Amino acid sequence: MQPLVISHLSVANSLGLGSSAILQALREKRTGLIPCAFEDVDLETYISKVAALDSFSVRADLAPYDCRNNRLAQLGLEQDGFAAAIAAAKDKYGAERIGVFLGTSTSGILQTELAYRHLDPQNGALPADFHYAESQNSYSLAGFVTHYLGLHGPSFVVSSACSSSAKVFANAARMMAAGVCDAAVVGGVDSLCLSTLYGFNSLGLVSRLPCRPYDAERDGISVGEGAGFVLLERAAPANSANAMFLLGVGESSDAYHMSTPHPEGLGAKMAMQRALASAGLKASDIDYINLHGTATKSNDASEGKAVADVFGDRVACSSTKGWTGHLLGAAGITEAIISMLAVEHGFVPGSANTQALDPAMTIDYRIENSEANIQRVLSNSFGFGGSNCSLVLGRKA
Amino acid sequence: MMRFYVEGIGLLGPGLDSWTASRSVLAGEAAYVHAATNLRASDMLPAAERRRAGVPIKLALAVGQEAFLHAGRATSIAATVFTSSGGDNDNVHAINSILATAPREVSPTRFHNSVHNAAAGYWCIAAKTHEASTSLCAFDASFAAGLLESATQVTVDNAIVALIAYDHGYPEPLRAVRPITDAMGMALILAPQQNAGSLALIEVDFSAGKKEETRMQEPALEALRLGVPAARGLPLLAALAGGKESQITLDYLADSHLHIRVTPC
Repeated sequence: MQPLVISHLSVANSLGLGSSAILQALREKRTGLIPCAFEDVDLETYISKVAALDSFSVRADLAPYDCRNNRLAQLGLEQDGFAAAIAAAKDKYGAERIGVFLGTSTSGILQTELAYRHLDPQNGALPADFHYAESQNSYSLAGFVTHYLGLHGPSFVVSSACSSSAKVFANAARMMAAGVCDAAVVGGVDSLCLSTLYGFNSLGLVSRLPCRPYDAERDGISVGEGAGFVLLERAAPANSANAMFLLGVGESSDAYHMSTPHPEGLGAKMAMQRALASAGLKASDIDYINLHGTATKSNDASEGKAVADVFGDRVACSSTKGWTGHLLGAAGITEAIISMLAVEHGFVPGSANTQALDPAMTIDYRIENSEANIQRVLSNSFGFGGSNCSLVLGRKA
Repeated sequence: MMRFYVEGIGLLGPGLDSWTASRSVLAGEAAYVHAATNLRASDMLPAAERRRAGVPIKLALAVGQEAFLHAGRATSIAATVFTSSGGDNDNVHAINSILATAPREVSPTRFHNSVHNAAAGYWCIAAKTHEASTSLCAFDASFAAGLLESATQVTVDNAIVALIAYDHGYPEPLRAVRPITDAMGMALILAPQQNAGSLALIEVDFSAGKKEETRMQEPALEALRLGVPAARGLPLLAALAGGKESQITLDYLADSHLHIRVTPC
């Protein structure tokens, strides 16, 4: 693919608000995971939570969109000068030439979960202040963001579970290559809700401890919430010097099982190989891999095999989900941003909570933070339904 | 302007039992008679998955299978674009009801069927495809979003793409706030190059601004178009059924639209 410039980014999650806060938390080894205290959830587990959401509401003119997910979206858009960067991009390209492609798995479903506790006792109707299109519907997130930023280009939500906000990079790249838009806001937001906590628990995939990616004793995920956005633009001499690039994207399908990855990592391997091919790079051109690394037995085993097959043991790898929790539909964008921070600051994040690496792993898995010259990174995101996506980000060769 | 070819069509909706059975109705040559959608579980799925299949999976597999047979293409070679305003709406209602009362026992099948890409996951297993698959939502513009995304995949990636759109109604109380009148799905197999099996050339443009959208002539089909988000694609299917060169406009939410030109091969 034609490399695209990632000219601006913004991020908000339990590690902090804005990219500096998040980098600092990673450097200081502060995990965002806390014992579960969310609504009246009675599960013994750890979660990551954005504390600032408790006293936050969306911009007054967008009141019908008010729900935890859109609050988190707005909090994300307010970081790192992102909204101002979009205002400048609007002047440059025109509001109708900027696309919005966002990932979420559950959108504003928490609003519906809470509304079902307050159905009309007479006729079973939902409360009058329930706004379906602006909260529950998957598109709610993109609807909110396009209105908040005042954009009129093509927009949609990708909801392919935990690969959602990685796959949106591919949508934006195609739209720009086809000339449908000149720039794109790409990202994702997912927020805590009962459906995912109780749902993952029913599958036996939730750990009672803070999640331990790639640990021999790993036993499940820690669910979390977060938001992240980037602005993608075409490369031009003016914005290419020392720029951060989206270099390649690879997508694949496992065609194996709805909620278990292919045991040999077949789909994962295809996604990574296609991402390298799309970037015109070899495995040896990659300096760091941000793994999907959910800390379930099956994901890490299957991904570890796939990475070993493609990269051997010569690339530093880590999962950052021990710091952030599993951000589901926002995992792809959050980890893409952490990967870009790794390039920009020569920083290889280690793996929170991982005590002893699973001896079956034959990759260069990093438990401790370190410094290194990182030019190009690969970031993996895999989801239910066997939906896989790998991104290659960094400097142009 | 993106240009590509339609090679196969699938359809399942109320009184529209397949593309083959509905073509003359959509061309205005036969009367439309509304009848409940004839939902059936696809024989593409293994028995265990067939039992777990909700309405979206039934719709998606039925129309996908018909379209691939029509195109004479193997299901394993195509990338897929699934698009729907909702997901498994019966399941969403059930999960919300379960979570509102103790004990909150959401079954594993209910949970994995609740993801928006459940139909895509089942399709990839049934179709034995490792190609890219995405699952989109753009509320009432979900069909237009799917067509736009498919158009970019065909033209930029030079891929064979199956566009599969589906929607079905919610039970109450969600039905009252999001009325979707019927269960309906449609599929198009799209290819970058013309070949002996091509049915029509399609040219698509995304444009800013509101424009009068193309309606269905038959009032009951127009009601269906407005009643089901996936049925917003009916004017395109009517143009393909008519076999004449035609131009249509599909709304893309409030402030933009798709302009489509259909030229039979």
